[in-house]
Amino acid sequence: MLKAVNKLGLVFFPAFDWAISPTHPEREERLLYTLDQVQEEGVADIEGVRFYNPSVAEKKDIERVHFCVPDISSLVTESHMVSAGGAITAARAVMEGEVRKAFAVVRPPGHHAHRVIYGDRGFCIINVEAVMLEYVRRTYGPRRVVIVDTDCHHGDGTQDIYWNDRDTLFISIHQDGRTLYPGTGFPEEFGGPGAFGYTINIPLPPQTGEEGFLYVIENLVLPIIKDYSPDLIVNSAGQDNHYTDPITNMNFTAQGYAKMTQRLNPDIAVLEGGYSIEGALPYVNLGIILALAGLDYSHVKEPDYDPEKIRQPDWIAEYLKRLCEEIYRRWVSKEDAAKKMFEGKDRVVRKKRIYYDTIAVMEEQEETIKVCPACSGLITIKSECDLGYSILAVTIPRDACARCIDEGHRAYRTADPGDYSGIYLQDKVNDEYCAKI
Amino acid sequence: MIIGLDVGGTHIDAVLLRGGHVLEVVKIPYNPSTILEGICEVINKLTQKRDLSRIERVNLSTTISTNAVLEGRTSPVGMILESGPGVDPSFVACGKENFFLDGYIDHRGHEVAPFREALVHEASRRFKEKGISAVGVVTKFSVRNPSHEIRVKELLDGDFYPVTMGHALSGKLNFPRRVFTAYLNSAVYERFTSFASAIRRAFEDMGIKAPINVLKADGGTMSLKQAISLPVHTILSGPAASVMGCCILSPASEDAVIMDVGGTTTDISFLAGGVPLLEKQGIRIGAYPTLVRAIFSFSIALGGDSAVKVADGRVVIGPRREGPPAALGGPEPTPSDAMIVKGLLDFGSRERAYLAMKELGFVLKMEPEVVAEIILEKMGDMIKNAVDGLLMELNSRPVYTVRELLYGKRIEPREVRIIGGPAKALAPVIERKLKIPCVVPDNYQAANAIGAALSRTTAEITLIADTARGYITVPELGIRQKIDGSFTLKRARSMALKLVEERAAILGASPEDIEAEIIEESCFNMVRGFYTVGKNIRVKAQVKPGLTGYGGEGREIDAEGRK
Repeated sequence: MLKAVNKLGLVFFPAFDWAISPTHPEREERLLYTLDQVQEEGVADIEGVRFYNPSVAEKKDIERVHFCVPDISSLVTESHMVSAGGAITAARAVMEGEVRKAFAVVRPPGHHAHRVIYGDRGFCIINVEAVMLEYVRRTYGPRRVVIVDTDCHHGDGTQDIYWNDRDTLFISIHQDGRTLYPGTGFPEEFGGPGAFGYTINIPLPPQTGEEGFLYVIENLVLPIIKDYSPDLIVNSAGQDNHYTDPITNMNFTAQGYAKMTQRLNPDIAVLEGGYSIEGALPYVNLGIILALAGLDYSHVKEPDYDPEKIRQPDWIAEYLKRLCEEIYRRWVSKEDAAKKMFEGKDRVVRKKRIYYDTIAVMEEQEETIKVCPACSGLITIKSECDLGYSILAVTIPRDACARCIDEGHRAYRTADPGDYSGIYLQDKVNDEYCAKI
Repeated sequence: MIIGLDVGGTHIDAVLLRGGHVLEVVKIPYNPSTILEGICEVINKLTQKRDLSRIERVNLSTTISTNAVLEGRTSPVGMILESGPGVDPSFVACGKENFFLDGYIDHRGHEVAPFREALVHEASRRFKEKGISAVGVVTKFSVRNPSHEIRVKELLDGDFYPVTMGHALSGKLNFPRRVFTAYLNSAVYERFTSFASAIRRAFEDMGIKAPINVLKADGGTMSLKQAISLPVHTILSGPAASVMGCCILSPASEDAVIMDVGGTTTDISFLAGGVPLLEKQGIRIGAYPTLVRAIFSFSIALGGDSAVKVADGRVVIGPRREGPPAALGGPEPTPSDAMIVKGLLDFGSRERAYLAMKELGFVLKMEPEVVAEIILEKMGDMIKNAVDGLLMELNSRPVYTVRELLYGKRIEPREVRIIGGPAKALAPVIERKLKIPCVVPDNYQAANAIGAALSRTTAEITLIADTARGYITVPELGIRQKIDGSFTLKRARSMALKLVEERAAILGASPEDIEAEIIEESCFNMVRGFYTVGKNIRVKAQVKPGLTGYGGEGREIDAEGRK
């Protein structure tokens, strides 16, 4: 019988009774064929592979990450709590030492969910990885963590949440934002004043294939991870770079995903997007599972796999070589660049327009990060949207100094409820959350 | 009259029933190498002076196939496999000769690539060279489309016997298990067949003309005739017989634990709402996980004859049996000795049992009675821990819908049924440890034989309809036929019920016993682009394990018939 080299925990929860709408890509059928494949391959009988049912995330877990407007119960369904709970279950299995690695094959996905949430965008409401990660930090103590987002779409939500957190290095590899939703994720987006350089965006041209992806992993992502030397590697394992995906334009393969997973060697992987439900997901997920378990994946190929047909155009190799060099140069000189950008400033203001595609709502946001010599700095967000909400949200970061803690609480206390539809405070030092609605 | 036989590892248990009453109970030791003689002897003892023509049926639970596998006395099998892309398939090559075909059928039953027929001819030649007659044919996703398996069998052209096709054994997805199940079916075929014909002859010679049924591991039966082509399903039917016996002797309508405490092991099973809980995938036979539908049963190495030792100042029971209890002249103290000392059991020499406890007490600096008490407590704790662990595992079986995850049914036993030699002695301890009533059914010594006698035929089928492709597949019956786009879940349900009823009838069920039910169903909209192109409908139907035809309810088995 087969025996896993790495003990692997699998939270496989296809949520067969949940859909955004009957014909939406995020529908009941999405993981049907993947489950068929996983069952037919007898994955559950592999010694060292253990299946877990997801737990259900609690309100508290969400409040550590998000400001839900107007409140959690208005936005978040049971399915979202189960998806986030599934990621937590995977992380717990690893942290408790029950398994070496874990993969949460859960839906709905989460990486487009920002810190402030008005509803569904890019099929996401709750940032599943962030909720998991903050649970891990709260339960098992601080951790330096790398999140490598290999979904085809820029992980703009995760970027937003960890923008100013140097304990979380966020690396997103995705199809160039000039050609795909959500239209962001350029190398210039590099992090806030407290964590400049700890957000890394690697936009790939359409039709990038196995060769290109693996080049970027080996020549850019792995060197950066080595420099950072994290305690934990998390992979947001979106599967929509596949050549058969209906809503993207890449040439990646099941073999490529398996090889990439083996090289990244993540502790925890969480499924994100991927909507080629018959031609890609059954094979890509199987490839990732085998790679994580340390088993032979060389026979995992799509039935119509033809490396010649999906070879990336020749110019891409040269383009990626330059791109990787440029990004790595920025990474090594991030401290000098930060000095130049933020020296003498007492706060940095970002204005953002965030579009909620699923519910057709536009949010206008102004985020102010204090430049603090003692900590990463208090974050204050003013946000309003077409739904008529206008909020003030204050985040006291985990590493906040006494002054920033005081200042955060004062800002919350003294804000005039007459000026806003809601005032929110997230104190990550004391693990507190309060709202005046 | 009905005869129920349970041929176990060392003994044959048998009962003769009439109208729900136990007329005779016989238990004899036997030698597995002369199993047929043993069975004849038992029947003679059961039926002496009775009119054999009035026997309505004989139900038999046998270890013939189990022993063949565990002792390696099986026929060489040639396997023809088709794995397509996926997990490296080399580990499923369990036959004496193994050939891999180059075709592939995908998860929707679509033929991605045909196989080269020359490969089958090559396999056929090689098997003949090696003197192999038994063949197994298994292709990946054959339960979604059995056409490759069927075609391979056609190509083998009657030159081999048996040719077991994977799809006919189970509708469940799991290629490696399907391979092992098909392999075992072909491997035990010859032994089972010769046993079956010998037993039929022997019965004829005795003048028994009644139908003979064989017990399956799922607590159901099938006719001996059908069992010949599906012998793998007769493997490990012993624990199932005991569980069914408990259900008859002391019916429960709630969740319950069933324990069979033997000499070396205690088998633990569960009832969910009064019905035996089944293994999720199938039973494990020796080194092989299979798709053989079976009553869930977990063995712990703890029984009346387990050796009791003292290690680091503490009592340790098992896991080994070093011989019979000290009371019967065995080498080590055992829980049975403790029960004898406590006055809960009465056999052998009480004096020797007492000495055995005294010996332990000397090391522990305790009185023999106290030692006996500690052993019983410890046994209770070990069983409780096992039950708790199993419940945790069973209650976290994977679910796939939010509804099941949040509101799904959990197994919460309200009572215990305990059988086996030390049952009466242990019951009060178990009751105290598990904090639920623990019942010892009347006639519990014959539970396995009674279970075998009164179990009815079971059947299961899986129906998959893919209206986008326009096909319906029922692997267990080898059905793959066209349907139109208007096929609905409702039609799938009624079709599945009808098919499972027909299946049960073929396996030997009497019409009044066939209660078909749907156990799983789902219906997915298949969307390609932004359009719904069809439905993917999946229905499982079964005739569940239950009791049959003895002219009354199980409760009546006591009073008059009791020995």
